[in-house]
Amino acid sequence: MDPELTELAERAQNEQNRPNGHIAKMTARKVDVFYGDKQALFAVDLDVSDRSVTSLIGPSGCGKSTFLRCLNRMNDVIDICRVDGTIKLQEDNIYEKTIDPVQLRARVGMVFQKPNPFPKSIFENVAYGPKIHGMATSKSELEDVVENSLIKAGLFNEVKDRLYEPGTGLSGGQQQRLCIARAIAVSPEVILMDEPCSALDPIATAKIEELIDELKENFCIVIVTHSMQQAARVSQKTAFFHLGKLVEEGETNQIFTNPVDQRTQDYITGRFG
Amino acid sequence: MAPIKESILTMHIVKSYEEELAGLDTQIAQMGGQVERLVADAIYALENRAPELAETTVHSDASIDILERQIEEQVVGMIARRQPMAMDLRQIMTVFRVSSDLERIGDLGKNIAKRAYAVAGENHPQGLVRGLRHMGDLALEQLKNVLDAYSQRDAEKAVQVWQRDEDIDAMYNSLFREFLTYMMEDPRNISLCTHMLFGAKNIERIGDHATNIAESVYFFVHGKELPNERPKSDFTSSAVFKKDE
Repeated sequence: MDPELTELAERAQNEQNRPNGHIAKMTARKVDVFYGDKQALFAVDLDVSDRSVTSLIGPSGCGKSTFLRCLNRMNDVIDICRVDGTIKLQEDNIYEKTIDPVQLRARVGMVFQKPNPFPKSIFENVAYGPKIHGMATSKSELEDVVENSLIKAGLFNEVKDRLYEPGTGLSGGQQQRLCIARAIAVSPEVILMDEPCSALDPIATAKIEELIDELKENFCIVIVTHSMQQAARVSQKTAFFHLGKLVEEGETNQIFTNPVDQRTQDYITGRFG
Repeated sequence: MAPIKESILTMHIVKSYEEELAGLDTQIAQMGGQVERLVADAIYALENRAPELAETTVHSDASIDILERQIEEQVVGMIARRQPMAMDLRQIMTVFRVSSDLERIGDLGKNIAKRAYAVAGENHPQGLVRGLRHMGDLALEQLKNVLDAYSQRDAEKAVQVWQRDEDIDAMYNSLFREFLTYMMEDPRNISLCTHMLFGAKNIERIGDHATNIAESVYFFVHGKELPNERPKSDFTSSAVFKKDE
């Protein structure tokens, strides 16, 4: 069967299982995070919807990035960091011993603040993930994966004639889209983005935002951003963190026009002391 | 959860933003004051057959239009420069809506003044004129209260204005009837009564704009629209009177 048709059939099947299209992809319950003695997150409960964008906002040091990094166990690499509570990806508790963090990060990919392509060719940057996860059996299959990922990341047309030149030779915005292509090459279910546009100019930012909008048709996206306007533009749900606590979460429209909590209002209107 | 206080909020980090928002309030107060005076003068001129006052009143509408344009420019500029959010966004949108309602009220007042000028030479039946003035007083009171509701961020007061518009409608209905009767009695009254009737209609419309402002103030304070359709009792648009009625 034509792979596109298979995908369509699968999607129709999925749609039936999730009538409103907004089921929780990841659920966090009573998540506490400690760096040594210092507690960084306090009992955070948050659901992240599938096929939509959830943005995490809040002042520096509020715990939003810490929370994001919990979602694919990036905090594991910090020795003094301890995570309590449960975080589930669908039905799997991701902090269970049986879960391999490397496999988890293939399902929950990440894009960072500063574009960080490998010092390799554009092709190799994207091919790396599928290769180590054994997702392509032949060279032509790998080429297809790379091409498709670059197309989905909106970068293919700009780089198709120089796939074997170093990824680090691209502009900042292109590098960031390369990193997104690299993240989606392993067909993750969730993409985490930690301030993906803060090092980019407005045009490159707009391209990433347009890309996020397209990617949400197929992925669950969680984005940390310092730009409230960006959160308002790209996300359907917004969660506001303050001093390690989740203060308020809701529909993005509601949060930015009529927040319930005083602290949310003070922050988004620029009144924080 | 820390619920939003109704009292004055903490200040913006950026002082000039704070000043611009306060500036909008000042402009609305200024525009509101001018509109109140214009409407009061227009009704006075109509009641007391004062053509000179009517004429200056007609001209005073121009400065209200200028104020509206200034507020509009300021609002558009602030949206572009500040990207307002939450309470600030609602305030800015409210100012935008209120200034446009005030401008319309100014136009209606100007129209009353024009009619006052036109009928100044005619004999005014006292009963009808008094009815018109009562209606005008009520509309002015509504206008004053709703402007206070805005400046005090008092949604309760706005709701009171919103509900009271019914009284103006009721007065308009009875005036409508009286004017028609009067016209049927003597065709020579038709010219005067038609002007008076339009004057009354203008006052009734002023009341409607006051309720629009009340709705805007409610949205400003609570972040949602007023829940129900306003009680309506202006039935004149479907009223027909037969000669022997």
